[in-house]
Amino acid sequence: MTKTVDAIVVGGGIHGCSTALHLCLAGLKPVLIEKDYAGRHASGVNAGGVRQLARNIPEIPLSIRSMVIWEKITELVDDDCSFESHGQVLVAENEDELAVCRARVAELNALGFTHEELIDAAELRRLVPAVADTCPGGVVSRRDGAANPAQTTTAFRRKAEQLGATVREGVAATNIRQSDGLWHVDVASESFAAPVLVNAAGAWAGKIAAALGEPVPVETVAPMLMITSRVPHFIDPVVILRGRKLSFKQFKNGTVLIGGGHLATPYQDRNETVLDWKRLAVSARTVFELFPVMRSATIVRAWAGIEAKMKDDLPVFGASSRHKGLYHQFGFSLHGFQLGPGAGAVMAELIVNGGTRTRVSDLGIDRFHPSTL
Amino acid sequence: MFKRSEQDKRPPVQIFVDGVAVAARQGDTVSAALLASGRDVRRSTAVSGAPRLPYCMMGVCFDCLVTIDGVGNRQGCLVPVAEGMQIEIQKGKREIGK
Amino acid sequence: MTTTPSRENYDFVVIGAGPAGLAAAATSAEAGLSTLLLDENIGPGGQVFRAIASTPVTAREQLGTDYWVGADLVQALRAGNTEVVQRATVWSLDRNLEIGVSIGGGSSFVKARRVILATGALERPFPIPGWTLPGVMTAGAAQTMLKSSALVPDGRTVIAGQGPLLWLLAAQILRLGGRIDRILDTTERGNYFAALPHAFAFLTSPYFAKGLALMREVRAKVQVVSGVAELAAVGDGQLASVSYVAGGKRETIPADLLLLHQGVVPNVNLAMAAGVEHRWNELQLCWSPVLDASGNSSIEGIAIAGDGAGIGGATAAVVRGRIAARAAVEALAPVAAAKLPPLATLRAELAKAERGRAFLDTLFRPSPQFRIPSGDTIVCRCEEVTAKDILDAVAIGATGPNQLKAYRRTGMGPCQGRLCGLTVTELMAQARAKSPQEIGYYRLRAPVKPITLAELAAVPKSEDDVKAVVRG
Repeated sequence: MTKTVDAIVVGGGIHGCSTALHLCLAGLKPVLIEKDYAGRHASGVNAGGVRQLARNIPEIPLSIRSMVIWEKITELVDDDCSFESHGQVLVAENEDELAVCRARVAELNALGFTHEELIDAAELRRLVPAVADTCPGGVVSRRDGAANPAQTTTAFRRKAEQLGATVREGVAATNIRQSDGLWHVDVASESFAAPVLVNAAGAWAGKIAAALGEPVPVETVAPMLMITSRVPHFIDPVVILRGRKLSFKQFKNGTVLIGGGHLATPYQDRNETVLDWKRLAVSARTVFELFPVMRSATIVRAWAGIEAKMKDDLPVFGASSRHKGLYHQFGFSLHGFQLGPGAGAVMAELIVNGGTRTRVSDLGIDRFHPSTL
Repeated sequence: MFKRSEQDKRPPVQIFVDGVAVAARQGDTVSAALLASGRDVRRSTAVSGAPRLPYCMMGVCFDCLVTIDGVGNRQGCLVPVAEGMQIEIQKGKREIGK
Repeated sequence: MTTTPSRENYDFVVIGAGPAGLAAAATSAEAGLSTLLLDENIGPGGQVFRAIASTPVTAREQLGTDYWVGADLVQALRAGNTEVVQRATVWSLDRNLEIGVSIGGGSSFVKARRVILATGALERPFPIPGWTLPGVMTAGAAQTMLKSSALVPDGRTVIAGQGPLLWLLAAQILRLGGRIDRILDTTERGNYFAALPHAFAFLTSPYFAKGLALMREVRAKVQVVSGVAELAAVGDGQLASVSYVAGGKRETIPADLLLLHQGVVPNVNLAMAAGVEHRWNELQLCWSPVLDASGNSSIEGIAIAGDGAGIGGATAAVVRGRIAARAAVEALAPVAAAKLPPLATLRAELAKAERGRAFLDTLFRPSPQFRIPSGDTIVCRCEEVTAKDILDAVAIGATGPNQLKAYRRTGMGPCQGRLCGLTVTELMAQARAKSPQEIGYYRLRAPVKPITLAELAAVPKSEDDVKAVVRG
């Protein structure tokens, strides 16, 4: 027997969970379908960066909207998500890189964005005392920070369920189809029908979009991360580099997370990734040079989460250009975690009100397909 | 806690534990030498500072972590002693870069 | 002396120089294939034949005849062309059969056409109150010190638990002049009845006579308390006493050393990190790899032999090593395989070696109260997480060991779940009324042993490193 609900959300990552939660807050009863468990892939195993810094301009409004929610995250999900705000710092390793930073901040300012701030060598040293003393400065976004991604995704799922969302984990959404103005989805022995379908299936979302006639240039990637054993506290902000692939942060428990986007080989059908140690060694060398203090820290684990990366590195966010009631929310291209809370809020506005005050028009799927609606 | 059997005729090796000379035998692991020394060689954990001694002696429990010749977090149960080796008992979160 | 592997590619890489690894490497070298044997310890032998080439125990009979079998295996290995590297810690293995290995503080990668994992077993976690106190160790730890350094307990010593190793260790300690004050036998009485159907096979296996003789030897010198149903280590920063309940009566005895043992379980970390499929074994209460009759795993090119393939003991491990190696030789060099002992002969030997195992598994199946702790008892030694902490996390939505990481750092310390994984699975299974198979295990990842950042930074660069450094 088919159960009729208000919306079907496919994908239990931070985005699907956040959208389900915000739909509940708007008074709807959604069903959330996750083939593994909430946060199993990129949403649960990413670096946890809560970053407005260094974003592509079209997604900055969504990022700023999200930041407001992050700062009151406990009020929303009854869980602090281990969110801490010590800023994020982008380090320029030489004068050329600093010049690029200067131009970037000027460009943002001209557009009316003020969250990025150019810093000189002295301020860089004050914020990140352990950084190699050859670095001439960089950019800081002071309200940024980091959270525990698995804890966050789980908290959103839990709160959505408390507010009335139906959650199905460990079962895939199959046979997605539209008939009589409703979206129908089979989930193991159950069927759900709803006027709204949200495609938030992460690395699996491209296939869903293509099956519904909206193929997009997307690939599956698996950015690698590694973490050290506990070391004494020595750094507060999250650090990223201008020139090389590196993100770097220390948790309250003392462990240090090293990421930056070097890729593993994903085996999507098996939920598996094979790490590329030659690439992780590149990350290790970058840390070795930039943070001499870290040289004898021990690396205890490395991993990679499977996610979708768009050709233009911008998410696919908003209504379908072909089907009424279909919404896309995927392709966050290695930087979707911070956007999750805000994207869920905006998506719920799009679904419930048909519009939003947050500028997301550059992110639509219509950039690949002119609207036929 | 432990004593050496009289049939052990291996040559002696001198190591230093927190700067104090300790007699070990050739072929001892660092952890075995520490436990045989009769000294208080309890480390304290990085999490709560609780005292610990080696538990498994076969490389799986990581309760034998010790600083050897300046390199921290070594598994003492897998490293053989060497003449003049400097051992430091780890107390809490060790200093990185040391 | 430690050296790095002489080549980057081998036909065969065997990981672990215990009974299975020694036998496997000797077999493949005999077939003329390039063979590398990597082992983490100072010398070959694994746990059961630990320090076989260097033990200071000169009175051979004190260690027992089973121990010296290892010397023949080492000799057979050394007669061939196997490249052996001791003190080599393998920290990564993947489905491309690429192996990351740390030797003397430097890491390198070797590639194999076939890998045989012979990483053996470790002692089952024994999470009783106070088991993290200094002065509480595993029985295997004491045996390691005895074999490799002729060290024996000389303070007030209590041995607690069950299983064949416990009696062997007790006999060895006594023979070397060590001290044992009391043995607390935790074997559940009901297990004797459960094991009865397997008794015939056991009575006609070599285990029986040896086991009986050992128990007689030990009982003549040490007080043995059977039917111990509760056990706790007590002390403030150091073991002071052992408290136990037997026959409904609680007793507390002062102690300097408590040696715990309740059997061994496969050391699964490297195999799981490589992606080898494992399943819960309800009789042996542990994860075992899914293997075919020749030890081939779910990953093409990776076979598992010895106790890492499921607990079978040293004699079975040797035969399993030969079977796995023979099958791999067959795949790479069929002509050479024809010169090796026929598979049928090896399988018959294995059946003989495994005789009596079901009886031991059933009799010495540890009781729930010694596997599934409660309250403030520490489950995860590295991150100091208690049973109650884990149950609290279950109550707010942690459904399995991996989801638990969102709430607690269980299994995320340096031991990577070796000392807590089984406990966490069983504890969560009980709390959620699911089977351990449904609850699952930690997703394990390399490095399975920590390496320093400097060591990783120093690994040889690949050709395209140079071009791939621009931020995406």
